Amino acid sequence: MGYKYLLVISLFAFLLSCGTGRVDEKNHMPQQKPEKAGKAVITIGVVAPITGQTATFGKSTREGVILAFEQIENKITLDGKEYKINVVFADDQGSPEAAVSAYNKLITHDKVLAIIGTVQSNCSLAGAPLAQKHKVPMISTASTNPKVTQTGDFIFRACFIDPFQGKVMAKYAIENLKLKTAAVIFDNANDYSKGLAEVFKKTYEELGGKVVSYQPFPGEDKTKDFSPLLTQIKSAKPELIFAPCYYQAAAQIAIQAKKLGLAVPILGGDGFDSPKLVEVGQKDVEGLTFSNHYSKDTPSTQVKQFVADYEKKFNSTPDALAVLSYDASKILIDALKRAGKPDSEAIKKALTETKDLEVVSGKITFDAERNPIKSAAILQIKNGKQVYITTVNP
Amino acid sequence: MNYFITLIKRNWLFFIIMTAVLIFMNILQTPQKSTGEPILSEFISHIITIALINVLMAVSLNLVNGFTGQLSLGHGGFMCIGAYSASMITKIILPASGNAGWLVFILALIIGGITSGLIGYLIGLPTLRLKGDYLAIVTLGFSEVIRSIMVISDDIANVLNSIGLVSISNVIKEIGGPRGITGIDERSILPVVLIIVAIGIIMMRNLIYSSFGRAFQSISEDEIASETMGINTTKYKTMAFSISAFWAGVGGGLLAHKLLFISPNNFTFLKSIEYLIYVYAGGIGSISGSILSAMGLTCVLEFTRTLNLDEWRFVFYALLLIVLMLKKPAGLMGNKEFRFMIPREYR
Amino acid sequence: MKKNEKMVWLAIGVSFTILYILKYGFQGFLQQLVNGLQLGSLYALIALGYTMVYGIIKLINFAHGDLFMFGAYISAFVGAYLAGRGLIGLAFIPAMLLSMIVTAVLGMSIEKVAYKPLRNKPRLSVLITALGVSLFLENFFALPAEKVFFPFNKIVFGPNMLSFPKLIDDRIFNFAGISISMVKSIDFFVAILLMIILELIVKKTRIGKAMRAVSFNREAAYLMGIDVNFIIMVTFGIGTSLASAAGTLYALTFCCLDNPFMGIWPGMKAFIAAVLGGIGNIPGAMLGGFLMGIIETYASSINPQLGDVSAFSLLIIVLIFKPAGLMGKFEIEKV
Repeated sequence: MGYKYLLVISLFAFLLSCGTGRVDEKNHMPQQKPEKAGKAVITIGVVAPITGQTATFGKSTREGVILAFEQIENKITLDGKEYKINVVFADDQGSPEAAVSAYNKLITHDKVLAIIGTVQSNCSLAGAPLAQKHKVPMISTASTNPKVTQTGDFIFRACFIDPFQGKVMAKYAIENLKLKTAAVIFDNANDYSKGLAEVFKKTYEELGGKVVSYQPFPGEDKTKDFSPLLTQIKSAKPELIFAPCYYQAAAQIAIQAKKLGLAVPILGGDGFDSPKLVEVGQKDVEGLTFSNHYSKDTPSTQVKQFVADYEKKFNSTPDALAVLSYDASKILIDALKRAGKPDSEAIKKALTETKDLEVVSGKITFDAERNPIKSAAILQIKNGKQVYITTVNP
Repeated sequence: MNYFITLIKRNWLFFIIMTAVLIFMNILQTPQKSTGEPILSEFISHIITIALINVLMAVSLNLVNGFTGQLSLGHGGFMCIGAYSASMITKIILPASGNAGWLVFILALIIGGITSGLIGYLIGLPTLRLKGDYLAIVTLGFSEVIRSIMVISDDIANVLNSIGLVSISNVIKEIGGPRGITGIDERSILPVVLIIVAIGIIMMRNLIYSSFGRAFQSISEDEIASETMGINTTKYKTMAFSISAFWAGVGGGLLAHKLLFISPNNFTFLKSIEYLIYVYAGGIGSISGSILSAMGLTCVLEFTRTLNLDEWRFVFYALLLIVLMLKKPAGLMGNKEFRFMIPREYR
Repeated sequence: MKKNEKMVWLAIGVSFTILYILKYGFQGFLQQLVNGLQLGSLYALIALGYTMVYGIIKLINFAHGDLFMFGAYISAFVGAYLAGRGLIGLAFIPAMLLSMIVTAVLGMSIEKVAYKPLRNKPRLSVLITALGVSLFLENFFALPAEKVFFPFNKIVFGPNMLSFPKLIDDRIFNFAGISISMVKSIDFFVAILLMIILELIVKKTRIGKAMRAVSFNREAAYLMGIDVNFIIMVTFGIGTSLASAAGTLYALTFCCLDNPFMGIWPGMKAFIAAVLGGIGNIPGAMLGGFLMGIIETYASSINPQLGDVSAFSLLIIVLIFKPAGLMGKFEIEKV
């Protein structure tokens, strides 16, 4: 039996040796040692869905953050002292459980000063309590669910919130399209989708419309076949479908609706914003209309400058998530400068005081619940391209 | 009193080791003077906690799959019940309980375990007459049904609300359908988990070395033969099943209070399969094997997070598993135990 | 089944149908039936592979869902190549055939490497190896190409969504308010065709005869001069190629491949379908697959979240009343 004891001992030795943070320098996983002399380092964590169903969100987020920090050459001078900024990425795989692990790793292992992210509301909701508990300021890029920032005073966001987005689409449907009956189809597993659907339904009915069919489905990863739902919707004869999901489900809904001969306009939220929507849906997604945080056709110098920089660096057009993560980084950098020291309480205070900061997606001022107040753009897919229709102000 | 004396006599080594480990851990967790950091950082203790919960789950699954020889694939479902009931209780009662927080937590764990054990009993009665793979499928089916009930809890709440049971419907709304429960209080800290897991392991070990345990093992050897010897196989099978479900429920409660967030997606059949892997990789019918493999595999998987392997982690994990099973088809330990795990009179 | 028991089940089925028609109308009922048949044909194809493998070596091949995924990806690559040359229309047939062959080769090599060495070892260790193979296939093919060193970066699929080329110009036919799309009918008829071919192979050829012999009694078959290893390998090949065909049809229907983890849930559902019909029984797998598809469709049309519950509850009810599945024979254990 002797060798088995040896096995146990070596296992425990492995266990302890692995965890002491002995990691190569080149692996971008520094142990922050603020007290030590020499070049001081500020570690910023970024959580994004780098793999998984919503991986294109993660790619854009990553690029937006990289661009923002490269523009200040990854260093910042606070109070006369130069700090190197180290950005650490963590993958939430688009799932809340993985998000908890990702936040945990960033906070307890990498000891980050602040966190940018994450994209999806359900993941931010899972991670935000951790950030709040460890008093790490967190700026969510695109989590539009109101509950995210209600977690605590360390949680901020760079985007508008669902009630606003839902209202915008309901107004657009009634006032611009003049369609009075709607079907709503949403992902009940996702706070984002559910929140939007509820607000849309409420506003739409207040404005005199009628929701004839209200269909929740249990999770995008498991629901592939929407035809049972769409058949039900078809028999309810709505004039439009509101489907606040992410791009993948949106493409499926559009394709399968066509197959069932259900030809009504489909509206949605910022989750539609991805090049994959057109790639998968091709002709079937023509005419999909959705609200978004920005449009590259908005007449503004900030936007033009950003689009030019982004295209030069990454050779592709930025989508809303790239913009939001870029903006989140800008907000954080601005707050860091005003805080004057790498201290989470000071950064939190500076973030709260952010006022009329010009960023790409508009002017940022945080309200009492740490939500920025800004406008929404409405876009439509035409000939496989996103076309700017109008801007709606709060 | 006599019982306690025998208990301590039988398990004295275990108690001493536990105390030593606890003291040792306490030293490790106090910040050091030179760096201001404890040796056992929060990151490591998080992982060890998760690994310990997995150990509890693996050992309890081994009770059914290994010692009683009934292939069950529904462990995730029992974990789901435990996690949900415990976190519902702490979520509702804990804010109002003040200083009695820990007591409420322990009670919630026990209630979670009992609920899960009870449901395990109810499921076990009709299904345990099935054999082999069919039993595996039915248990898997039940665990998925349990999970799906959590998914449709919104609709259940709506129905109850329309009948007029507003208060119950409000409670059920807290389950949150497919979105799950967020904002659970963190209670599963390392020492607490360690003690609970150790108690679980001791109790299951003592069970296995009792006359009940011999009945379990005889069923796994040959069910028909043991029935002819006068063993009430149904009784012992359901017993093993519900005890295993009880500990799975406790494990679920612990996990919920560690992750601080649960959703039905945490408890799909993939979760059950994870534990199945621990049991078989460790060796069926060996508690030491389950402990070793659950601890080892979890740590390998979690610590490789720091090595920048990213996506490669799971590939290596899978390869490790395949090679392990090809080289040692009976698992790491086969059906052997560490000497200190065996009660003295059986050594 | 006893006659009166059969009547009870029939009565329950009929009353559910009538209730459904009363609530949602006859048209809705028929449209959902069409939807259900399409889903069911996919499930049935995957279930056939499960059942064949189980029948011959009593192994629940957990990697089957991932072979389904592999087949879908291969056909997507072949399809993209063909569509790039302007070949659409019937181009899905060569894509499907090619992916069936490639996947069958993969299936057979998995059998050779991971399952064969354990054939005479405890049965459950093969189950864990199967789980390991499944994990490996999912995670290996999900590696992003830029993170992988040379020879492998050409073969991994990456974690991101891949769109499936539109190989068929989908047309919609309307019959009395029921829409049947071209793809839907292709799914159904290809599935039926493959099932008939399979039935012919198993019942009419020498290899099929050998397969039945091996599944009945491996030792005796060996003594009769049947090359057992070869027959097991062929069975794996046929089973995986059916999964790959299902993968192609699935991709054709939904126009995209999520990621290499996409096989988990269809695989699981198909597995349940196989058990429902009586695992190891080929007509049973077909019946189970169609039944699952139809019932899931109806349940999710009532409430989309009921889809999973209904599938698993059906399984539990059937197994409690008929412990060996709908068409399986319950073997009495002799001492």
